[in-house]
Amino acid sequence: MADDAKAGGGLSFKPMDQFEVKSLFGGEIGTFTLTNVTFWLVMAVLAVIALMVLTTSKRAVVPGRGQSIAELLYGFVYKMVEDVTGKDGIKYFPYIMTLFMFILCANFLGLIPMSFTTTSHIAVTAILGFGVFIAVTVLGFVKNGASFLSLFWVSSAPLALRPILAIIEIISYFVRPVSHSIRLAGNMMAGHAVLKVFAGFAQVAAIAPLAIIGVMAIYGLEVLVSAIQAYVFTILTCVYLKDALHPHH
Amino acid sequence: MEGELAHIGAGLAAIGSGAAAIGVGHVAGNFLAGALRNPSAAAGQTATLFIGIAFAEALGIFSFLVALLLMFAV
Repeated sequence: MADDAKAGGGLSFKPMDQFEVKSLFGGEIGTFTLTNVTFWLVMAVLAVIALMVLTTSKRAVVPGRGQSIAELLYGFVYKMVEDVTGKDGIKYFPYIMTLFMFILCANFLGLIPMSFTTTSHIAVTAILGFGVFIAVTVLGFVKNGASFLSLFWVSSAPLALRPILAIIEIISYFVRPVSHSIRLAGNMMAGHAVLKVFAGFAQVAAIAPLAIIGVMAIYGLEVLVSAIQAYVFTILTCVYLKDALHPHH
Repeated sequence: MEGELAHIGAGLAAIGSGAAAIGVGHVAGNFLAGALRNPSAAAGQTATLFIGIAFAEALGIFSFLVALLLMFAV
């Protein structure tokens, strides 16, 4: 990297190298190759199990440290589902809790130095986003039948405006999975690229201490963003679920 | 020449990030203004605040994505 900097006559920034998918055991990357993405996805699942299953297995009346964290997270998501979707949305709480815990753990594991951020890849988040979209759409039609389409027909608007609003509503409905998944991936990718750019400033001895303080500050921000993006993904899932259960405006 | 134009386009797309920053600031600022008038009602509206911020931010992320595509994919 130092040679590159000299040859280019300036600083060498490679902020996007960290998002490269590599095979774990060498060889070409095919459909079933074990890559660093696979590894960190499995790590995220193991982290969720460690946090939610192992800590609560004793079912202590007075919770220990691990159990209190698990109970706090459970209560937090439960209240979110109840507040946004109402009582009849509680049935779908396990799905939303799974999504939240998985994204939270994947985001936080990505913040470990030298690790890989699985949620920075649109391939990963698009599966989550389109999963929610398909689930919610199917659920809307199963629960409400054809009257689910009244979601697009804003009955509180003047009659002349309704067809135009219907077109806008349909477009915004189909953009949902795209924005839902790109928001998470984009935030993660942008944050980690910024971290690497700030780390790149350490190549200049004069501003290296400043660069380290900058990396620390951005890292703190990234911890916050990781939690908020998991929260935002989950609460938008709740909002979409509410639209599916109660499509009437 | 095409590569240079792509870089200019990426720089122009970065303007969108600033626009999203205005949007997010608008949402958060108005929330704070309302919350200070009626602090008791503020706690119930934090979810709405985050949804609003998320929607405003998503469009900035789109412009960031366009910039990335122009830098690395074109």
